[in-house]
Amino acid sequence: MIKKINILGTPTQDKLNLFVPMGIFFIILGFLDVILNAHFKINLTSFLPIWINYFAPLIFGFLGLHYIRIEFSGIKILDNLNKNINSNGFNALLTLLILFVLIQNIPPLLNWLFFDADFIGTSKEECSREGACWIFVNVWLKRFIYGLYPNAEIWRINLSFLLLIGFIIAGFLVPVKAKKYIIIFLLFVFPFIAMNLISGGNFGLEWVETAAWGGLSLTFIISIFALLFCFPIGMFLALGRRSSAPIIRYSSIGFIEFWRGVPLITVLFMASVMFPMFLPDGTYMDKLVRVIIAITLFEAAYMAEVIRGGLQALPRGQYDAGKSLGMGYWRMHLLVILPQALKLVIPGVANTFLALVKDTPLILVVGLLELVGMIDMAKSNPDWLGFATEGYIFAGVVFWIICFNMSRYSQRLERRYKTDR
Amino acid sequence: MNIKNTTKGFTDFFKDNSKIRNYLPQILTLLFIVFLIGYFTYNAQVNMDNRGIDFGFHFWGQEASFDIQFSLIEYDGSHSYGRAYLVGLLNTILVAVIGIFFATILGIIIGVSRLSSNYLISRVAEWYIEIFRNIPLLLQLFFWYFAALRALPLPKEAINFFDVSFLSVKGLYIPKFIWTNFDIFIYSIIAAIISIIFVYNYARKKQEQTGTQTPKFLISLGIIIVLPLLTFLIGGVSLSFEYPILKQMSETIFNYVGGAKIIPELMALAAALSLYTATFIAECVRAGILGVSKGQKEAAGSLGLTTGQILRLVVMPQALRIIIPPTTNQYLNLTKNSSLAAAIAYPDIVLVFAGTAMMQTGRAIEIVSITMATYLTLSIAISILMNWYNKKIAIKEK
Amino acid sequence: MSDKIIEMKEVNKWFGDFQVLKDINLMVNQKQKIVVCGPSGSGKSTLIRCINRLEEHQKGKIIVDGIELDENTKNIEQIRAEVGMVFQQFNLFPHLSILDNCTLAPIWVKKTPKKQAEESALKQLEKVQILDQAKKFPGQLSGGQQQRAAIARALCMEPKIMLFDEPTSALDPEMIKEVLDAMVNLAKGGMTMIVVTHEMGFAKEVADEVIFMDEGMIVEKQPTKDFFANPKSDRTKLFLSQIL
Repeated sequence: MIKKINILGTPTQDKLNLFVPMGIFFIILGFLDVILNAHFKINLTSFLPIWINYFAPLIFGFLGLHYIRIEFSGIKILDNLNKNINSNGFNALLTLLILFVLIQNIPPLLNWLFFDADFIGTSKEECSREGACWIFVNVWLKRFIYGLYPNAEIWRINLSFLLLIGFIIAGFLVPVKAKKYIIIFLLFVFPFIAMNLISGGNFGLEWVETAAWGGLSLTFIISIFALLFCFPIGMFLALGRRSSAPIIRYSSIGFIEFWRGVPLITVLFMASVMFPMFLPDGTYMDKLVRVIIAITLFEAAYMAEVIRGGLQALPRGQYDAGKSLGMGYWRMHLLVILPQALKLVIPGVANTFLALVKDTPLILVVGLLELVGMIDMAKSNPDWLGFATEGYIFAGVVFWIICFNMSRYSQRLERRYKTDR
Repeated sequence: MNIKNTTKGFTDFFKDNSKIRNYLPQILTLLFIVFLIGYFTYNAQVNMDNRGIDFGFHFWGQEASFDIQFSLIEYDGSHSYGRAYLVGLLNTILVAVIGIFFATILGIIIGVSRLSSNYLISRVAEWYIEIFRNIPLLLQLFFWYFAALRALPLPKEAINFFDVSFLSVKGLYIPKFIWTNFDIFIYSIIAAIISIIFVYNYARKKQEQTGTQTPKFLISLGIIIVLPLLTFLIGGVSLSFEYPILKQMSETIFNYVGGAKIIPELMALAAALSLYTATFIAECVRAGILGVSKGQKEAAGSLGLTTGQILRLVVMPQALRIIIPPTTNQYLNLTKNSSLAAAIAYPDIVLVFAGTAMMQTGRAIEIVSITMATYLTLSIAISILMNWYNKKIAIKEK
Repeated sequence: MSDKIIEMKEVNKWFGDFQVLKDINLMVNQKQKIVVCGPSGSGKSTLIRCINRLEEHQKGKIIVDGIELDENTKNIEQIRAEVGMVFQQFNLFPHLSILDNCTLAPIWVKKTPKKQAEESALKQLEKVQILDQAKKFPGQLSGGQQQRAAIARALCMEPKIMLFDEPTSALDPEMIKEVLDAMVNLAKGGMTMIVVTHEMGFAKEVADEVIFMDEGMIVEKQPTKDFFANPKSDRTKLFLSQIL
């Protein structure tokens, strides 16, 4: 059917100088029509009946792309273009559709997000409502990051995170011998320091109840704790699952499959409502602590499966070599098996970390307000109704930046370790 | 010279006696588990006694006395908790099926687009995946429910689809299907499916014997259209519609009456689940297609097979083996993620049972256990199915 | 007396900027056996892949059994049914048994009834001496057995020409012989064959003509005896000294 539209014959290389300018003309016409229509309300082809008028830019563009589809024109740019987005009619159509949709929607979106938006101010009245009201985010920013933590004590949270970052950086810089001590410090000593700093009650620091913790800092606190502990727990579960002792093996399998088979929300409900029933009468375990334990065990089950994949992928020869050298179970695993297996599972581990960070907003169903929960609270505030969109876009951007960079970093790690083998 | 050390320490005894090494850890683990369970049970008993609650499931038959906003079966406050559980379960299955359907279609489209030679298309697909994968599902759900769907117009200015369907901030109204002799219609569909199976069998036998091919697709299409149609003409089956009509409820409030309503909660949940899970399915599809080596297509082509035949007989069988296991995992994830309904008040099993019912009866342990057991059963059933499927189609190796 | 079954005239091909075939001229008669050799990157694989349109040439003409190779899909499919190819990586279909691998194309392309297809497939498998492996799957066979199965699969389409793209390069040394034997049998049976290979013993035994390619051009083309006894070009001499 396309051949019949050919008024002047199939575009071929010899007739280059005829077809290319014609094609470009039609393409520009098509784009011009879309731009004028969408942004300036001028309709070039209003004299045509309504159905054709609507599709006019598509027809122009398609015709134009057809005319420049010359197989071996010799012009580098043209050939690249043709091979890429114009290789046949279907591709041309899709290309045009995508570009037109982008042209119609991106400018208004940018307008709303940036050019017409209000950034500076302190109250709702200063929002002109033509664009996004980022004043909302500005005013609530402290709450979004620190939750309901008292303003005067925020330095304690900042100090804890600075310490953490400092020690991690130190972990990369110190010689290998000292790395062991840094890891032990981070795993066992740092949590106590952080606990005391943030919740207070000792050393003259004012006590802040865990219900007041919130915002992005709570997201980080939960993620980091769960991250730290789900990895070793997962490792033990993975080893247990591969053990030849039936009781250890089956209890590991049961444990893992249980946590993997239920949704996180039910786990959170279990932690907040059911678990207190299992504690001795009169004892009270802080809700945040219960939630962190629940999340850690939940993610540990997924981590166990990932690590198990790495253990299985290791060639049997490694196990044989270790055994024949006289190494016991633990020594062999610590020195030979695990270092290799862990390199294999970096993408899986990173994925689980990523899933953990993305799962933290769920804690709002049990009343803990991390970032998304704080935005929920802010948007329901009677002074600030109607800014749900701005709030969620802000949260979306924050999470996206964190998660996107984490996945990029894990891809880099994976590439680096791949070359080792 | 006998240098051998005759004094054996405890660890030596431990190492020598291999039986003890085998059994001791297991016995210790067993004791630990038994202790833990006993400890929890004891505490639970004490706590429940103190609060005057007893452990039991007889609440199952009691009157629920709460309404559920959306239900596929007949339900009102006078029905039992057991029935409320069923309503929640059906709602969960409903949103899961809708989500799986759209996520699969979208995932396949995006996965294939990622591999397109067209730079624009593959970039757009890549950005879609990167954006929707890195934002938490709950946040996406909130965006759809609180931001996007709230922006829909009031019923008075609802978006109109050919005057039979209306989309407003209160929900999507569609005509209600009212059947007469629905069972006859179902029988015709079953009969059509059976005859299609016969057609395919016949076509296969014919091809084996004579080599010729029959247009089985067209014939099947004809059967599935004609047979049910016949039931309308001569089978006594008829279908009438109850259309939603705009009524003025009060001075300023308009609403639609009649017809069937799809609540915004369901729409938001289905949308969020589909868009999010589609990103993972797209990656599975892409891995499957890339996993079939180029040489397979070349070998098949060099034998003279057409593009369609290559895809159907050589590429897809191999690609599907790579695609299906992780995709089924994603379906399971989607079903578990549907529990997020609790955050936007869609009456799924978590909200209805582990939410409202539990608040009313106070039976935390029983209800949360039943809810978790439901999901566990589903997960394990699908895992077993998946394992069976994998064994059956595994490509045999040495 | 022999018809020209393959004609390549002034064939040129580029991969982007890089020219991989330069002014190739080649005539192949029926029942002729031609061996193509040369250093890697010389374009020998590309040459034979152009004959069944696995690669597209940009300039020149290729005519196979009277049909010209161009974009016309029908022509391409017709040519492919008459030209069989054996790959370095075997490329057997792992999800089908050996027998099904062989009967797939005859059933779906030539519309042969299944029983007939199976009978002739078993005959071909017997000729390459793996009849007992018919019901097994490719993953269960050794490399040499897989390659022989691949040869049988290509032969089941009853092609007029057989192309071999380095058929023994991916095999362990002890399995090369069994594949070469199968190819020698095929040659003695009268098949037109073009073989890209480094196995000069095979060339000496079976080939009518040997072609040496380097940097996309046919550098030397002579009957077998003359090729090994009196190589004309220096590059040919260098190459032969390296592999013999």
